[in-house]
Amino acid sequence: MWLNEVKGAFMRSALAVLVLTVPAGTALAQADNCRDCHMAIEDEDGPAHKSVRDIHIQKGLGCVECHGGDVSLEDMDEVRAAAGYRGVPTHRQVPQFCARCHSDAAYMRGHNPALPTDQLDKYRTSVHGIRLFEHRDAKVANCISCHSVHEIGDAKMPHSSTHPANLAQMCGKCHSDADYMAEYGIPTTQVEDYTGSVHGIALLERGDLGAPACNDCHGNHGAAPPGVSSLSAVCGNCHAVESDYFDGSPHKAPFEELGFPMCETCHSNHAIVRPLDEMVGTSEPAVCLQCHTADDGTVAFATADTISRALGQLVAAHGGADSLLSEAIEKGMMTTDEEFRLKEVRQALIQARTLVHSFDADSVLPRVELGLEKADIVKTNAAALIDEYYFRRKGLGFATLFITVLVIALYIKVRRVDRRLRS
Amino acid sequence: METETKDRQPTLSDRTYGWVNERFKLDALVEYMSGKVVPVHGHSAFYYMGGISLFLFIVQVITGILLLMYYRPGADSAYESVRFIVSEVEFGWLIRSIHSWSANLMILAVFLHMFTVYFTYAYRKPRELTWLTGIGLLGLALLFGFSGYLLPWNELAFFATRVGTGMAGAIPVFGKDILIVMRGGEEVTGATIGRFFGLHVAILPGLFTVLLAAHLIFIQRQGISEPLDWHALPESDKKHQKFFPSFLLRDLLVWLIVLNVIAVLAVLFPDGIGVVHWPLGVKADPFAPPPAVIRPEWYFMFAFQALKMLPAHILFIEGELFGILVFTVGGVVWTLVPFLDRGRAGDRSRYFMAFGWLVLAFIIVMTVVGYVVE
Repeated sequence: MWLNEVKGAFMRSALAVLVLTVPAGTALAQADNCRDCHMAIEDEDGPAHKSVRDIHIQKGLGCVECHGGDVSLEDMDEVRAAAGYRGVPTHRQVPQFCARCHSDAAYMRGHNPALPTDQLDKYRTSVHGIRLFEHRDAKVANCISCHSVHEIGDAKMPHSSTHPANLAQMCGKCHSDADYMAEYGIPTTQVEDYTGSVHGIALLERGDLGAPACNDCHGNHGAAPPGVSSLSAVCGNCHAVESDYFDGSPHKAPFEELGFPMCETCHSNHAIVRPLDEMVGTSEPAVCLQCHTADDGTVAFATADTISRALGQLVAAHGGADSLLSEAIEKGMMTTDEEFRLKEVRQALIQARTLVHSFDADSVLPRVELGLEKADIVKTNAAALIDEYYFRRKGLGFATLFITVLVIALYIKVRRVDRRLRS
Repeated sequence: METETKDRQPTLSDRTYGWVNERFKLDALVEYMSGKVVPVHGHSAFYYMGGISLFLFIVQVITGILLLMYYRPGADSAYESVRFIVSEVEFGWLIRSIHSWSANLMILAVFLHMFTVYFTYAYRKPRELTWLTGIGLLGLALLFGFSGYLLPWNELAFFATRVGTGMAGAIPVFGKDILIVMRGGEEVTGATIGRFFGLHVAILPGLFTVLLAAHLIFIQRQGISEPLDWHALPESDKKHQKFFPSFLLRDLLVWLIVLNVIAVLAVLFPDGIGVVHWPLGVKADPFAPPPAVIRPEWYFMFAFQALKMLPAHILFIEGELFGILVFTVGGVVWTLVPFLDRGRAGDRSRYFMAFGWLVLAFIIVMTVVGYVVE
C-alpha cells in the first residue's frame, strides 16, 4: 500500500517534469535569430515583417532554407562566414535560387507533392527566361517579379500576387508601363483591354474565378499553357467546341497559310467583347468583311448571308415566343412545360451560334430549324394559354351570373315562403 | 285545404314520400322537424357561420375526391401528379384552386363560428358537448390543413412541414417518438407523404364525419341557442322563424353566395393571393438550402410567431418547450370553458369575456406581427 503510494507520487512527478520540459526544449530548438534581429531593425515593410504572410514561413520553413547561414548565430558577420550562407541572389540568380528546392522532386514531395517541379525548365522556354538567360536582360520578370519576395502566397490565397483576381494588375506592373516596356516594342494596353473585355469583366467585376486571367492563355512559367502548341490555339482550351468546328472549317488551311491566328483574327485578343450575331454577315459590323468581298470568287458572302439571316430568324422567333410566354406567365397560367421548351429554343440558338465557327451553312441551318420548330410550339401553346385565360374569365362570368340568378330566385322564394307563413 | 289535398291527384313526389313514409315512419320526424325554430334578433347572422363551415366542408369533400382521381402520393410522383392536375387535366386547376380556397375559408369560418359561440355564451349548459365536438372539429380542420399542405411535395411545403413537425419534436419525453411517427422516420421523406396522405384522405375524414354527425345531432336535439338577454324577455317578445323552410332556405341562399365568392376567388387567384397562397413552385429537394422565409399557413402563424419570439430559455426550461406548454394549457382551458364557466343562464361572465378577447387579440396581433416582421 505504502509502496504503491510512493510509486504513484514518483510517476506523477516524472510526468509533470516531462510536461514542463518538453515545450521548453522545443522553444529552444525553434529559436530564430535571423527573424528576431531583422524584426528589430527593419520597419513594417521589411522582409522579416512581410514574411509572416509568406507561405514558406507558414509551412514551417525559415530564412536559412533560402538564404543559408545559421539561425543560432547572433552576429551577422559570423552568419555570413557560416558554411552554406547564400545571402541575397542577383536578379539573374533568382530562378536557380528558387529552383534549388522547387526543381527537386524528392524535396518537394515532402512539402507539397501537388506542386510541379518543372517551373525552371518551362521558364527557360518563355520569353522572360530566354531574355534573362540568353540576353542577360535584367529587366525581364524572374520568379520574385511575379510571386513577390517575402510574402509569397499560394495562388489560391486572395492576398497572393498570383491569385487570379490580382494577376492582371501584377503583370501590368511591367506590361502597362510604357516607359519600362519602350525598348521591347510591344503594346502596353493589354491590361486596359483585358479589363474591359468579356473575360476581364467576368473575373474582375463579377468575381468569376473560372474566367481566364493572363496566365490561363499565356501560361505560368512556360511560353504557353500546358498542352498548347501555339498561343493562337489557346482559346480552344476552354472554347473546345468552337475550336473543333474551326479545325474542320474551310478557314483552317488558309489561316495557317497566311499565318492568321485562328480566333484572334475575328475576336481580337485582349479586348475580346461579347460576340454579336452581327459579326457574321455581309454588312458592317460583320468581321467577314475584313477578308471577303462579294466578288472574291468564294462562297463566303453567300454563306455568311445565309447564316446571318438564319440566326436573325431564330433570335426573332425566340423573342416572340418569350414575349407570348411572359404574357401567359403574367396572367398566372401554368407555363412550366413551355418554359422548359423555351430553354430548348435558347439552347438551339446557342448551338447554332457555336456552329457558326464551322462556316458551313448546312451545319448551322438544321439547328436553327430545330429551334424555330420549338419556338413555334412555344408560341402556339403560349397563345393557347392566353386564350384559356380569357376563356376562364368568360366562364367565370357565366358561372357568376348563373349563381347570382339562383341567389335572386332563392331570395324571391324565401320572401314568398315568409309571406305564406305569416298569412 | 284538406279537401283540396284529398281531391287532387297525388303527384310523383307525394307517392315517393308515401312509399318511404310507409316503411320508415317519416311523419314523426317531419312533425318533429317542423316544430323547430330559430331565434330572430340583431345577431342572427352569426347562426349562418356553422352552416357556412358545413358547406365548405362539403365542397372540400367533393373537390378532394376529384383531386384523388389523379393525385399519386410518393416522393417521385406527388409533385408530378399535382403538376399534371393543374396543367393537363381539364379544369384540374379549378378543382385544386377551389379545394385550396375553400380549405382556407373553412378554417376562417370555423374560427368565426367558434368565437361567435364563445362571445354569446352559447357553450353553456346544456351545450357543453356541442362545444367539445366543435373544438374537436376545429382541431381536425387544422390537421386537415397541416397534412394537406405537404401533399404537393413542393419546396415550400417540404420545409414548412419540416419546421412544423420539428416543433412536435420539442415536446418533452414523447417528442422524439411523435416526430418519428409523424415523419415516418428521422426526416421528412416520401414516407411522410404516405402518412400525411393517409391521414388527409382516410383517417381525418372518418373522424370528422363522426364528430360532425354528433355536432349536428346535438344542435338538432337542443335547438339553437338564444341570446343571453332573451332570458329576461317574456315569450311574447321573442321572435322566431321556422327552421324548415325559412332558415334552411336562407342557409341555402348564403351557401350560394359563398359558392359565388369561391368561384370568383378560384378563377381570379388560382394560386391564392398575398399570405394565402399555394403556388406549386419547384419540387421539394431535401438537399437544397431552405428558402429565405419559411412560413406556415396563416392559421398557424400566431403560434409559430409566438414560439419564434420566445427567448432561448425561460426559467429552467427551453423557450420553445415553455411556449408549447403554455399553448397546451391554454388549449385545455379553452376546451373546458363550458365546465369552468359556472355563470347562470342570462348572466354575463366578466372573466371569461376578458379571456375570450385576450385570446382573440393574441391570435390577431401575433398573426399580424408574423407577417409584418421578417
